[in-house]
Amino acid sequence: MTLRRKTLDWSGLAFTAGTGAATFMILLMLAIILGNIIWNGAAQMSLRFIFGGTSEGMFDPQRAGIFPMIFGTAALVFLMTIGVVPVGVATAIYLNEYARKQSTLTRVIRAAINNLAGVPSIVFGLFGLGFFVQFVGGGIDRLLFNGHLHYAKPALVWAAATMAALTLPVMIVATEEALRAVPHGLREASLALGATKLETVFKVVLPQALPGILTGAILAIGRGAGEVAPIMFTGVAYYLAHLPKGVTDQFMHLGYHVFVLSTQSPDIERTKPILFGTVLVLLVLTFLLNLSAVLVRARLRAGRVAG
Amino acid sequence: MNDTIQIPARSVGAASSDATAVLGAPPPRTTPKPFSTSLARRHPRRLESLVEKLIFLISLSAILLIFLIFAFVGRESLPVIFGRTDNTRARKPIAVADISHTPRAELALYLGLSETEFATYDVATVQTLVELKAQELAQNSNPDSRMNTTSWRMMFQPYHWFGYNKPEFIWQPVSEVPKYNIVPLIIGSLKATLVALLVSVPFGVGAAIYVSQLANPRWREWIKPAIELLSGIPSVVLGFFALIVMASILQGAFGYASRLNALVAGLALGLAVIPVVFTISEDALSSVPQSYLQAALALGASRQQAAWQVVLPAALPGVFAACVLGFGRAIGETMIVLMASGNATIVSASIFDSCRTLTATIAAELAEVVFGGDHYRILFLLGTLLFAVTFVSNLIGDVVVHRLKTRLEGKG
Repeated sequence: MTLRRKTLDWSGLAFTAGTGAATFMILLMLAIILGNIIWNGAAQMSLRFIFGGTSEGMFDPQRAGIFPMIFGTAALVFLMTIGVVPVGVATAIYLNEYARKQSTLTRVIRAAINNLAGVPSIVFGLFGLGFFVQFVGGGIDRLLFNGHLHYAKPALVWAAATMAALTLPVMIVATEEALRAVPHGLREASLALGATKLETVFKVVLPQALPGILTGAILAIGRGAGEVAPIMFTGVAYYLAHLPKGVTDQFMHLGYHVFVLSTQSPDIERTKPILFGTVLVLLVLTFLLNLSAVLVRARLRAGRVAG
Repeated sequence: MNDTIQIPARSVGAASSDATAVLGAPPPRTTPKPFSTSLARRHPRRLESLVEKLIFLISLSAILLIFLIFAFVGRESLPVIFGRTDNTRARKPIAVADISHTPRAELALYLGLSETEFATYDVATVQTLVELKAQELAQNSNPDSRMNTTSWRMMFQPYHWFGYNKPEFIWQPVSEVPKYNIVPLIIGSLKATLVALLVSVPFGVGAAIYVSQLANPRWREWIKPAIELLSGIPSVVLGFFALIVMASILQGAFGYASRLNALVAGLALGLAVIPVVFTISEDALSSVPQSYLQAALALGASRQQAAWQVVLPAALPGVFAACVLGFGRAIGETMIVLMASGNATIVSASIFDSCRTLTATIAAELAEVVFGGDHYRILFLLGTLLFAVTFVSNLIGDVVVHRLKTRLEGKG
């Protein structure tokens, strides 16, 4: 053995080189994608592009703006957050604070969460159309509006509900991780002082876990801002003259706009600057969200190790 | 704020009375319980237990969602699954004289009307409609219109269509006789997925081995989040990149005919799958106990030998799970294949031919179908199929990972 270690270990070197090259290629590809998009998209950046509307020509690089898409995306993730945060946090509280770890029910809930995370996004789209738009929306119309069409159509609220269902696993997993990081001593101290379990959860555990829960919400928003397939049938519009006025209106969306511009543009070469610009804005948005989540999480983990 | 101050005061009182009770009177009230439980029982709070029940109910939402997805996507496809749809257009013509002998339901189906619609017509209208239908049938010479193209046989087996010279698998839902054979779509999905896995498994697992076993720990801190950042790129952006940038470069390199094809889509799909394969493999490799590695090194193995011959075999089920979950991710991905695969429904083994996947078909066609029609139901059937496939692959992946973790933790 000592003899072998003295000579050059060619196979070992090749192994390191091979796996290292795989890592390097992935990072290179990431860099190429980001570099290409930033390089080409930066030229289109201007205040007019970001804050302008589509009324003066959606396919004209000089006049087109993407404010309606930014607004629509923001409205979508805002409504989605209202839906997904309470449900995600409550589920995580149950799983981490109340549930017995080995019970069948806990296992079934965990299996359901894992499976939900793997359901294809297009299936969520079908589900949103079949359940939210037709079943829930149709039900509301029949009960409250005497069958007049108000809710049984693609709308911001249904797209947000579908997206909330899609991002639920992200929210639950992140919140649970945050709850797990809260030291047991804090809970025991609180209980020993006579606080009830619920008081302990809401006044001791949750405040401690807040940064982690925030991470979960940020990750969910990042995911929700980028997904297109689930909203294609539940609320997004190809073109709208006005911003959505209420939750039952349709909306425009950055990701869907990227899809429209890359596949349905009348002149792909001419509209390329708008396309790259829109992609850059979408990417900056989702990346900033993801990056901040990574940073918050890294701080959280470092804090846990130190404490 | 007020509430937080009250709690200790009240509980201190409760605790002291508890103490005097134990000291003074010999008979204990109840069997000893954990402190907090008995306290909560003596101060029953309706609101609290209500909130706790609510939390429990909400925690069932993931189960409910899985169930609802299955129910509502499956529900729309039930008539097709049970063979209750029939789009046969040319039947044996019904003579006007036979109208009175024919059951109403059959007449309605023959004329392509719903029964409620049919009930609103008077006898003369029905006669005219039957005559018109007979004329239409006499003119319609396409023998395919005698087939129920929504039957299981027509969806999965090749059929010798009118105007073709051999039996073929054809998906052509918008044509004179709609053709709903889903074999080309399944082949398209598998082709794109296969290319994606061929790219993502070697790269993902290779990078996982490097990061978890060989890399300098200081670099590891940077490489891992960077690769995970790849999963933060929205799939529509990867699709865009494949369509606008990669497609032209690859066509220049390989010189094939169709610019958008299974190779372009598969490579872009691979980029989306790499983070999945990497994260799960890396997790599995890192969860192999350090003692394995140390034992191998103590026996004189090099780091590379230990990684390849000791750590990797121990974590192999996790790597397998990573591939299965990567498969689930790849087959369910929509926007990338919708934009980069070319979407032609051809049955071909070549990856340089354009292909159309199950997901892209749903995305491209659902917006233009009649609600509740055959085409609509078959698209939901595709959704059900996708849901079932990903459900099974997720289940397999999860079970394998779970078992591996318990085994490694038990041994370690």
